[in-house]
Parts: sequence; structure tokens; C-alpha cells
Amino acid sequence: MAGLLGVAALGASFASHAQSAVGEGKGSITFIVFAVIIAITMYVTYLAAKRVRSASDFYTAGGAVSGWQNGWAISGDYLSAASFLGIAGLISLYGYDGFMYSVGFLVAYITVLLLIAEPCRNIGRYTLSDVLSYRNDPKKSRIFGALSVITVSIFYLTAQMVGAGVLLKTLIGINYETSVVCVGVLMLAYVLFGGMVATTWVQIIKAVLLVSASLLIVALVWVPYGFSLPAFLQDVVSDPKVQARVATLLGDPAKAMSAADLGQRFLEPGLYLKAPIDQISLGMALVFGTAGLPHILMRFFTVRSALHARHSVVWAMIIIGGFYLLTLFLGFGAAKLVGPADIAAVDAGGNIAAPLLAQYIGGGPDSVFGNFMLAFVSAVAFATIVAVVAGLVLASASAIAHDLYVGVIRQGKEVSPSGQVKAARVATVIVGALSIGIGIASKGQNAAVLVGLAFAVAASANFPCILLTLHWKRCNTGGIVAGLIVGIVAAVGLTLVSPNLTYPKAVKAAAHKVLDGDAAKRTAATEALQSNDPKQVAKAKKELGALDKAVAKANADIAKWADSQTSFMGLEEPWFPLKNPGIISIPLGFLAVLFGSLLFRDRRAEQLWNEVYVRQNIALVVSKSTAVH
Amino acid sequence: MTTTDVVDWDAITLDPRFIDLHRRKTAFLWGLMALSVAYYFLLPIGAAYFQDLFKIRVWGVLNVGLLFALSEFILTWVVALIYARKCSRDFDRLAALISADFASRSASRPGVNV
Repeated sequence: MAGLLGVAALGASFASHAQSAVGEGKGSITFIVFAVIIAITMYVTYLAAKRVRSASDFYTAGGAVSGWQNGWAISGDYLSAASFLGIAGLISLYGYDGFMYSVGFLVAYITVLLLIAEPCRNIGRYTLSDVLSYRNDPKKSRIFGALSVITVSIFYLTAQMVGAGVLLKTLIGINYETSVVCVGVLMLAYVLFGGMVATTWVQIIKAVLLVSASLLIVALVWVPYGFSLPAFLQDVVSDPKVQARVATLLGDPAKAMSAADLGQRFLEPGLYLKAPIDQISLGMALVFGTAGLPHILMRFFTVRSALHARHSVVWAMIIIGGFYLLTLFLGFGAAKLVGPADIAAVDAGGNIAAPLLAQYIGGGPDSVFGNFMLAFVSAVAFATIVAVVAGLVLASASAIAHDLYVGVIRQGKEVSPSGQVKAARVATVIVGALSIGIGIASKGQNAAVLVGLAFAVAASANFPCILLTLHWKRCNTGGIVAGLIVGIVAAVGLTLVSPNLTYPKAVKAAAHKVLDGDAAKRTAATEALQSNDPKQVAKAKKELGALDKAVAKANADIAKWADSQTSFMGLEEPWFPLKNPGIISIPLGFLAVLFGSLLFRDRRAEQLWNEVYVRQNIALVVSKSTAVH
Repeated sequence: MTTTDVVDWDAITLDPRFIDLHRRKTAFLWGLMALSVAYYFLLPIGAAYFQDLFKIRVWGVLNVGLLFALSEFILTWVVALIYARKCSRDFDRLAALISADFASRSASRPGVNV
């Protein structure tokens, strides 16, 4: 079976310990812990698979999940690689700015709770496009709605694949490409055999595991400080590793600052998001993006009623909020105990911070328990990724199968339940294969930042359309189509010409800078080697090792980009200066819906307004949407 | 299958109880939303343009910036609580009344989907 193949592939390629962070000879514990967690989730999938019969079951677990269960499932879906690995990594490398992602990701749920959750549950059925096509022309809404869902999912999927690739590479030493294939294969097994029921239960199990593991690590990190927040942060700030990192980030200005000041700087904004507008742009994408995420929206359709939808969101906000408070400790704890330099050495994006922290807490790379902790946390993170990927693939597959196939190609004529399930499974395989390919091509990116881009697309295309079709009488098909097109094009287009892409010219310039500065640093370290103090000698050796690594990387970069001067898009340097396109693309999306609606007249949209208007405000006795699709 | 001959949406929109519910709900939701968004955006704006303010140390090494970020968590939970309370005490009851009333009117017609 697909799952067994995945596990076997892991075992087979696990012989190459090339870049593993595990101590010598401890690789087998890792593998066993890993395999056990995967086996449990496979078993749940198997149990669920026996119960899938209709399209309704496949997509929405037959509408039977309760409020708090769904709350845990939403949390599981939401707390993906970006949250656990990405944010902890960003905080450990850049301090305060990383925590901004935590805040943004959480506050976004206010938007969902107040404006989106209950109305959508009252009028929706399976997908985002159902909401959009309720009042508007079904065919057009579905085509563009499906495109938007697939675009958002691709960005989000890429983030997960990157997380998985880094994780397995570091943990077991298999190469990035192989680990991406393993994730893809396992995910396909989950979705193909269980659909939404399987993914709902996998999400719940995984969310509980993730929160528990994080609580344990945080408790162990915080206990020495008597659970005092100032004492913990004081220690982070006084740590020389943290201070050295800030010095590296600041460059010249650091020379004028004292060690204590350097450390304090870690708790202040600006180390990652240097341009002021970048902060606001990112903030906009985060706070409005969640309300437009297709796989989160789907979670509302798996509950019995709007009241349950409300309870789900409130539960999710408690769990997610609690978790993001933990990321503060995971990130700063990793910075203090493992050190930003060491984290960045294993993975430049920092995605490996939390697992390395777990390893340290357990006793370090050479202890049994240390590697057990590493294995456990990595397995939980891995399960996290597979479950989220499954949810995303499901959202895209249902967009293709339900919206494009049933709604458009088959003209909405009756397709037998088994036919629908079959179409969904075929679409799943297509999306799965795509995601594996793109994941491999995205080697080297950072998980939380990639998810931020998915949020930008969701906030620019989906959010304006959903919000206005629910709350604005005059909104119609013209508006929806315009909004979706403009939103997607603006967000994706600006991203492609932003600093997020690799610009060979800049990479080579940075590499040359490293090589130029190497000589001076090397003499200082070489002198220290001669000293009598063993501590100094050890430190000097470490520095020389780091210098060697940096030089090797610089040379590799120069060689890699020797022939090209421009990015994938043909630019020498970024045309759009911000890391996140939100501040431009979101207003554009809203304007497009506005003008699109005003320029076209649409009788159907106006006729159905009263129904949408009423349904949103009162949960009617009619629990399923019965409008003509 | 259309709904227009099952539930009389137009009649509901004219019902004074529904109009009252909608008005109060709108004022509440959008008001709360506006406040939340304003409070949230103070964070990136502060981090971008008021860095000196954010750097002021208040509790040990904890600065205004960190405490403000942490306060956003409190904001989120308080808003969720307020919303859930308001719905269960106020809006839900009124909505149920209206819905039951119109459902019983429609139930006397054939072909109702409940």
C-alpha cells in the first residue's frame, strides 16, 4: 500500500546520514518513534475508510462532527509546519518580528468569527465556490473560485513540503527530494482512502499531540526560571549566542553597542521586517487571510449547525491562542539553549529550531533521551504536515471534482455518488502529484513566509468576494469574477517580482562579501588557537569551523549562479520592494469587486439577496442549502 | 429544487422583529470588528513607526512592544467571549423565534425540506 511504500522508502534511504543532526548510532530510535506515530494515523485512516460511502461522507464527514471536536480539527489544520516549525524558527533567528506572525495568525480568527463562520455554515455546502455561487452565476463563480482555491492551496502546500523536506533531511539524513516524495505518498494514502473523515480525525489526534509535546518542552524550558517571564527573557537577552546573532544581523551599527544592548535588541522589532510598510502589509494579509482560506472554510461545513460552527471557532481560538503563546518560549528558548548560529547552520530558514530545542532539553545530540525527544517532536511535526497537506489537497480536489467536473463539465447534471467520489479521488492524485513536484522545486524557502503569501492571495481574492457577497446587496457575478481575477493576479504577480525570489546578482554579491571578510576573521581566530586557555582554543576551533562552512557555502553559491544574472522572472533586482504584497493586492481586490458589481447588472443576484440576507441572520429550520446550483 | 415556494424570504425581510434583529446585529458585529481591527493594527504601526516607544522597558527586560503583542492575545479572547455571550443571550433567541414562526407557516405547504 502507498503508506507502506512511504515508510519503506524512509527506511531504505536512511542509510545516508549525510546531514543528520542525530548523534552517532541513535538513528534507529528516531525511525521507530517515527514509524509508530505514522502507523497510528494510518490505522485511524483505515477505520475511517470503511465508513466512507457518499460524496457527503467523503467531503464533510457526513456533517456529524461536534463543536469542540471540530475546534481541535480546525486547530490541527491551522497549526501547520508554518506555526510550529516556521514561527519558532523565525523567533529563534530574528526575535520580536517572528512573534508578529503568531499575533497575526491568531487575531485573524476574529474576522472569521464575527463575519464569516455562521453565515457560511448557513448557506454553504461543500466548498468555497458554493458560497460564491449561491447568488451569482454558478458556472462563472465555480471556475474562478476553483482557480483561487487551487492557487492558495499551492502556496500553502509548498510551505508544508519545505517543512517536511527540511525535517526529514535533518533528522534522518535522507535528501530533500526523497523526503518530499515520502510526504506526498503518505498524504495521498490518507486522502484516497478516507476523505474528510480520515483527515478530520487525523487533525484532531495530531493537534492534541502537537499541543502536548509543546507544553512539555515549554514546561521543561521554563521551570528553571520559576515560571517567571522576565527572568526567562533576561537570560535570553544576556546570552552571548543571541548577542552574536544580533551583531551579525545589524552589521556595522553593532560595533557601537554594548553586549547588553545587543541582547536587548533581540526583543525589539525590525530585525526581520526592516521596512515599516512591510509590517503593515504582512499584518493585513494575516488578519484578513484566514477568513479566505478554503481548507479552513471547509471545516465549517462538517458541523451540524451554525451554533456548532460558532463553538468550533471559539474552541479553536482558545487552543490556537494558547499554542501561539507557547511559540514565544519555543522560539526564545531555542535561541538561548541551542543558539541562532547553530540553528541557521542546519537550516537557513530556521525551520528546525523547535526539534533541536527538544533534542537539547532531552540531553543533547549524544544522549538517548535527547534523540528520543528529537524523534518524537519531529514525528509530531511530520504528522502535522501530512495532515495539513491532506486537508489542502482535499480542498483543491473538491474544487476540481465538485466545482469544475460536476458543476461545469457535466453541467450540474446528476452524477452518481460513486461517480463523484471517483472524480474526487482522481483529482486528489492530480493535485498530489503537482504538490510533490512544486515542493521539490521550492527547496530552500522558509515555511512561515510562504504561508504568509498564501494568506495574501486568500485575503486579496477570496476574502473580498465572500465578505461582499454575504453582506452587500449590490454584489453580483461581475464583481465576484473581477475580484477573484484581480486578487489572484495582483497577489501572485507582486510576489513574483518581490524580494521573496532568488536574485542571483544579490546572492553573488553577498557571497563575495563573505569571502572578502574571511581573511580578517580567520587571522583573529587562528591567533586565539595559540592561547593557553582551553576554552579559548575550543571557541576558536568552532569559529574556524563556522568560517570554513561559510566560505564553502559562498563558493557553492557563486558556482551555482555563475551563469545567471536574473531571477526566474528575468529581473536583476526586485521591482516590488515589500516581502508581502497585502497592502496593495487586498485593496485592489476590494475595488475590483466594487467596480465589477456596479458595472454589471445581475437579476439573479438581486433576486436571491433576500434569501442570503435572511439566512445569514437566522439559522433556519432548513439546515441544508436548497438554492438552485 | 428552488426555495422560493418553500420559505417566504421576502415576508421575513419585512417582519419588524427581523429588521430589529438585523439592525442590532449589524451594529454589534461591525462595531466590534472595527474596534478589533483598529487595536490590532496599532501593533504593526507601532512596530514600524514608534519603535522608541516599543523599546521602553517596563517589567525587567520586557518592553512595551512585547507587552502590547501579548495584549493582542487578551483582545482576541475577550472579543470571542463577548461575541459568544451576546449571541447566546440575545440574537439566538430572537432568531429562533422568527425562524420557528415562519417554519410553522411553511410547514403547512407541501414539499418542505426540514
